[in-house]
Amino acid sequence: MIQAEHLCKNFASVTALADISFSVSEGELFGFIGPDGAGKTTLFRLLATLMRPDSGAATLSGYDVVKDYKQLRLITGYMPGRFSLYHDLTVEENLRFHAAVFGATVEENYELIKDIYSHIEPFKKRLAGRLSGGMKQKLALSCALIHAPTVLLLDEPTTGVDAVSRMEFWQMLKNLQSHGITILVSTPYMDEAGLCDRVALLQDGQILSIDSPARIVARFDKKLWAVQSDDKHMLIERLRSYRPIESVFAFGDSVHITTVNDELDETELVHFLTAQTEEIHITTIKPNIEDCFLRLMRKN
Amino acid sequence: MKCFCESQGVRKKQIVDSIQTFGAKTLHRLLAFIHKEFLHIIRDPRTLVILFGIPAAQILIFGYVISMDIREVQIAVVDLSRDTISRQLIHKFDASNYFRVSHMLNSVNEVEKILKSGSVKEVLVFESGFGTRFMREGEAMMGLIVDTSEPNTGRLVASYSEALIADFNRELAMAGRLKIVPAVRMLYNPALQNEYMFVPGLMTLILMLICALMTSITITREKEFGSMEVLLVSPLRPMQIILGKVAPYLLLAFGDVLLILAMANFVFGLPVKGSLMLLLLESVLYIGLALSLGILISTVSKTMQQAMFISLIGLMLPSILLSGFIFPLENMPLFYQIISLILPPRWFIIIVKNIMLKGTGFRFVWKETLVLIVMTAIFISISAKKFKIRLE
Repeated sequence: MIQAEHLCKNFASVTALADISFSVSEGELFGFIGPDGAGKTTLFRLLATLMRPDSGAATLSGYDVVKDYKQLRLITGYMPGRFSLYHDLTVEENLRFHAAVFGATVEENYELIKDIYSHIEPFKKRLAGRLSGGMKQKLALSCALIHAPTVLLLDEPTTGVDAVSRMEFWQMLKNLQSHGITILVSTPYMDEAGLCDRVALLQDGQILSIDSPARIVARFDKKLWAVQSDDKHMLIERLRSYRPIESVFAFGDSVHITTVNDELDETELVHFLTAQTEEIHITTIKPNIEDCFLRLMRKN
Repeated sequence: MKCFCESQGVRKKQIVDSIQTFGAKTLHRLLAFIHKEFLHIIRDPRTLVILFGIPAAQILIFGYVISMDIREVQIAVVDLSRDTISRQLIHKFDASNYFRVSHMLNSVNEVEKILKSGSVKEVLVFESGFGTRFMREGEAMMGLIVDTSEPNTGRLVASYSEALIADFNRELAMAGRLKIVPAVRMLYNPALQNEYMFVPGLMTLILMLICALMTSITITREKEFGSMEVLLVSPLRPMQIILGKVAPYLLLAFGDVLLILAMANFVFGLPVKGSLMLLLLESVLYIGLALSLGILISTVSKTMQQAMFISLIGLMLPSILLSGFIFPLENMPLFYQIISLILPPRWFIIIVKNIMLKGTGFRFVWKETLVLIVMTAIFISISAKKFKIRLE
């Protein structure tokens, strides 16, 4: 469905994308995970025919993103990173405008967007600029879908959206998949990676790893411990100075650590730490996808 | 054979159908776009103020404040002579549009009082025996006492009066024996020029402002708010985006032309002397030119501020200064005269003046029209080429 080969893109002296290759099969929900500045937006703009790669090529549905941009613009739905609808138009006017521009009508594709649009339909007379973040995002997705595209390109759709709306949004994407739509989504939130069929970890314009979330987790080759204490900040400081330790990452209310030789003398560590803090809990845990990404990014 | 014909007929029908649906869809897209633009304009009252408030205000300001003209100024007369000549001259003052004789005074002593009361601006004084002396000696003195507490008006009143008297002198000389008439140039009767010259200039300026500024801002606004990204990935062609952006402003600017012409006619009594149809057509051409200039500006500017800056400084100032609107082109150094050749307003002003004030036909403005057409073609082709189908 989507093929990208050796995509490169530079802006002046900055390399946004350095040799990106991947493929996405039809109906897949494919995620690009990476921190800000990893090149996600540039990659999505290339695929949306908004930019030309310096070298390399990409095709969607067999259409080249440079040569066949006219055909591609008919079959792709693109949702840019920031809210790009008209603030001074109502919800309904925005939707109808997008439908008309793509030569579709709201009525003929209503089934496809019903799931999403029904949330904001009660506010259809409201100006889009007065919607909340979550509602704006639903409207933007409705607009991107209104011409029944075969490929959806969603650039950081959940950035700046509350946690509940984020979960709702991912549920909607899962439902869209059942309509056979291929979905590419980028996000800086690693916890969303587990919701994709496959994910690519992007850093500094390069793909570090592509696989299903389960297999990425399975490839984690280290033992992992979670350490908990009251003063997390001090805990991290002290852990970093503990010699056998290889990596220290803060996760919610605990700190995940790995050691150089995969062994940990818990009593010795507790002894090392108690000089600073009162209560220490150490448990062995299974890695989650974030542990894997952080490890991959650290290796890089 | 029959079968072949039929299938060919069906094929033809299919092609016609697909062309029709394609055309209908294209038109539908364009209409949706224009509808959206109108919504933007209606939702932002500032746009409407700029579109119609500014032109109306400008016309009134120019018409009433800057206009260097007097009209129906009240004057008083002290006629101690009471003869034909003095009565004729008084009548001439009264009959002109500039003065109205409102008070007849009996004595010179009343002059100061009436001027101080402010009810008249000027007093004409004819001493006794004015007429007889004029007939006998061919020359007589009369007094013009002018209230110059408002220096500009006072000066105007004095010079208009002098001009009226000079005109009167000339009439007498023509009617009577052949007498050498002093070659006084009639600087008088600049009324038409002073009062109405601003309408063509203002029209030229306002259309340039609204069309170029508004289109360049509305296009860059889409860039700034990121909605251009969505428009670009849509199947809209650059031409459709441009047309959709421009069409509402073409319509509104045409409304402005009608507004200006109506105000000139009903407020200032300045009708279009020549063909109104021709003037409207020329206006549409000029609006198109200004719009294409606005598109060109939008293709080179990234932000609304940039577009506004280029439109105002790069376009408005030269239009005001070098178009012949305020400063006569003939008096400028050659360098500026050459620069003015590439400014569209310079040509449009000539067209409007010709049609509106002189009442001349197309025969006298075809060269200027041709210049405008060529300029429009150049601007459109440059902006169509520069309009990007991608973000970079």
